[in-house]
Amino acid sequence: MAAQEVASQPSDTLTTLKTESETLKTKLEEERAKLHDVELHQVAEKIEALGQFVMKTRRTLKGHGNKVLCMDWCKDKRRIVSSSQDGKVIVWDAFTTNKEHAVTMPCTWVMACAYAPSGCAVACGGLDNKCSVYPLSLDKNENLAAKKKSVAMHTNYLSACCFTNSDMQILTSSGDGTCALWDVESGQMLQSFHGHAADVLCLDLAPSETGNTFVSGGCDKKACVWDMRTGQCIQSFETHESDINSVRYYPSGDAFASGSDDATCRLYDLRADREVAIYSKESIIFGTSSVDFSLSGRLLFGGYNDYTINVWDVLKGTRVSILFGHENRVSTLRVSPDGTAFCSGSWDHTLRIWA
Amino acid sequence: MTINTLSQDGVQRQQMPCLTKMERMIISMQDPDMGIKLRNQRLLITVIPHKCSISDEEALHVGQLFVKYGYIYPLKEPRNLILKADDSSYRFQTPYYWMSTRWPASELDYAIYLAKKNIRKQGELIEYEKECYNALHKRINHTWDFVVMQAREQLRASKQRRKGDRIVLECQEQAYWLVNRPPVSPEHYKLTTLTKNTIIEHNRISLARNRVKSSICLESYVKYCEQYQPHDPIMQGCLPSNPWITDDIMFWNMNSETVALPTKLRVERWSFSFMELLNDQMGRKEFLTYLEKEFSAENLCFWQACEDVRHGETAKIPEKVDEVYKQFLAPGASRWVNIDSKTMEKTLEGLKRPHRFVLDDAQMHIYFLMKKDSYPRYLKSELYKNLLARAIVPQETKKSVFPFMRRQRHSSPSPALATQTAEDDGKAKDESR
Repeated sequence: MAAQEVASQPSDTLTTLKTESETLKTKLEEERAKLHDVELHQVAEKIEALGQFVMKTRRTLKGHGNKVLCMDWCKDKRRIVSSSQDGKVIVWDAFTTNKEHAVTMPCTWVMACAYAPSGCAVACGGLDNKCSVYPLSLDKNENLAAKKKSVAMHTNYLSACCFTNSDMQILTSSGDGTCALWDVESGQMLQSFHGHAADVLCLDLAPSETGNTFVSGGCDKKACVWDMRTGQCIQSFETHESDINSVRYYPSGDAFASGSDDATCRLYDLRADREVAIYSKESIIFGTSSVDFSLSGRLLFGGYNDYTINVWDVLKGTRVSILFGHENRVSTLRVSPDGTAFCSGSWDHTLRIWA
Repeated sequence: MTINTLSQDGVQRQQMPCLTKMERMIISMQDPDMGIKLRNQRLLITVIPHKCSISDEEALHVGQLFVKYGYIYPLKEPRNLILKADDSSYRFQTPYYWMSTRWPASELDYAIYLAKKNIRKQGELIEYEKECYNALHKRINHTWDFVVMQAREQLRASKQRRKGDRIVLECQEQAYWLVNRPPVSPEHYKLTTLTKNTIIEHNRISLARNRVKSSICLESYVKYCEQYQPHDPIMQGCLPSNPWITDDIMFWNMNSETVALPTKLRVERWSFSFMELLNDQMGRKEFLTYLEKEFSAENLCFWQACEDVRHGETAKIPEKVDEVYKQFLAPGASRWVNIDSKTMEKTLEGLKRPHRFVLDDAQMHIYFLMKKDSYPRYLKSELYKNLLARAIVPQETKKSVFPFMRRQRHSSPSPALATQTAEDDGKAKDESR
């Protein structure tokens, strides 16, 4: 389109495009609705209800000087890495509550951190707009910051990062509205993912056989599924009423859950291409900051901004339990790799292990 | 919630330290003794180390930030908010218009400014300003009388000032609005139409997608949850006990990669899906043993080698792909894999320019071959059945009778150490050769 053409009638072209877009959207919703022959809770009627649910705090990890923003488990099922607003990233053996490593980042608000699959490194980033990888040295005297590798460079804050199946690649999402895949050794960008209209807040890798997709959620209320090879957005879902803070795949990889500022968690099925469940209650007013499934996918844990953790029965759609303990908003929540416990991090400076 | 959309206060709280710092520097730059050289009539700055330690590049960069945030504004090309390292003229912005004092720039003020301009220039506003003016007129129509009245009042007041002062004030105001309401370029329209086109394309593709009935999808969740429930420690507990509850790490020890005899649950899980078998290192080893008996072990090895290419270092891809070709794909290769001719042709063609995904088609072919053929036979094999029969069902450890006597929580070797030792061993082996 010639620049002149655009300049002379920009509003006309935009209006026609807008109407076309709206019409297609309505058609799409109609098509999606055609195959929706049953609700999840109807299918779940024949299942036994879950009994009394008792989960307690089994460990409290104290040591951060400010709000805990993110955490991740190590594949060894007991170590975790956590990052905080004061710029510190700490690696803990959560089982003994010992701190094993600590890194001070050159920026505050370290909003993303991830443990490498090998357990030999951690990645983190935040307001520095970068994602850096720190190899974990066992030499107590060594300054971890010295061996740091700057991998990702965004033009706005880093909101989430995770390693793919190896230590060699990192997937990041940023406040600049994009996600990107990076090669750790060279720092080269392998693929970028454009499509969100606002900050991207979270992402999760699919546990599928072919391992080539991931889902991201953003401030544009959209959750998008991406093909890592081509950079294309394969599917997108827009039913939330506010920012999506967290996305997590259902263990089979056929669906994913999302948690949002609109105080609901929702389940989206990828094959049916629609939202299939909403987890909400009138009494839950504050937004969900993070969600994760139990190993079997029957339970969905949600950390909320009202300091609580709600446990949902994924199939029946009901709340099974509410966990109290944190003294400020819950900012991050992950179930351990073998499903024996989950860890929650909070603005009250602590992390708790629940089992 | 994102940092960027924290309450208005929040953003200002975050920006304030930067702004305060900038303002400190600006003030010191205007110090009559130590500051920048100013020239009469027009205040001028040249590039600027006011500390010896700052390089010219850094000074220029800091200067750019000053211009971007409106503390200094250019006189010659007011719309071009950059700092040039020549003798173009700039002026310091009056503190009245500093970002820290006048943030956020209100719609009302902008409307008044545009109204003034409109009156002065008798309707000759620039394109984007015209758009903004019309949009504002629509949005705050209820106070429009006030806007026009204020505009007229301010114009009248300014006429009574000295010409020099009037010009400076106009420049200052214009600079302030150029920073706080940057012009929208024709590129923006292009971008918006482009984005809209992409969305339309995306929706068209979505419409054409094959969907599955909800009933089928939802049933699959029920099945999955049912199948995995015995394996979910939070739902059904785990044997001998959940380490987090009893402080006993037997559960982890019994399920480690190198244990002699696996647990029954673990072996059962391998039968849930091919992915489960491959994801467990022990399962993978067992499967390899089985394949060796069937003389098709090269399939699994090929699949593993492809995974290594896909997830490995970018720099090593060409050499890895070459290795794979030599071992698995070349005619007469020692571990030749049986791929259909079409895929083989395509792969060999792609090998001329090796990239991360060049082996994907071949890998997928072999994966599905194993999944449909070898895997089901493995599950029926004596090897698997024997292992399942011998597998352990751990005894439940009750929680300690005396709850206040906590078991000692043993630490475990860090995974980082494990790799280091392996590397050291590897090195020692190499050296001893």
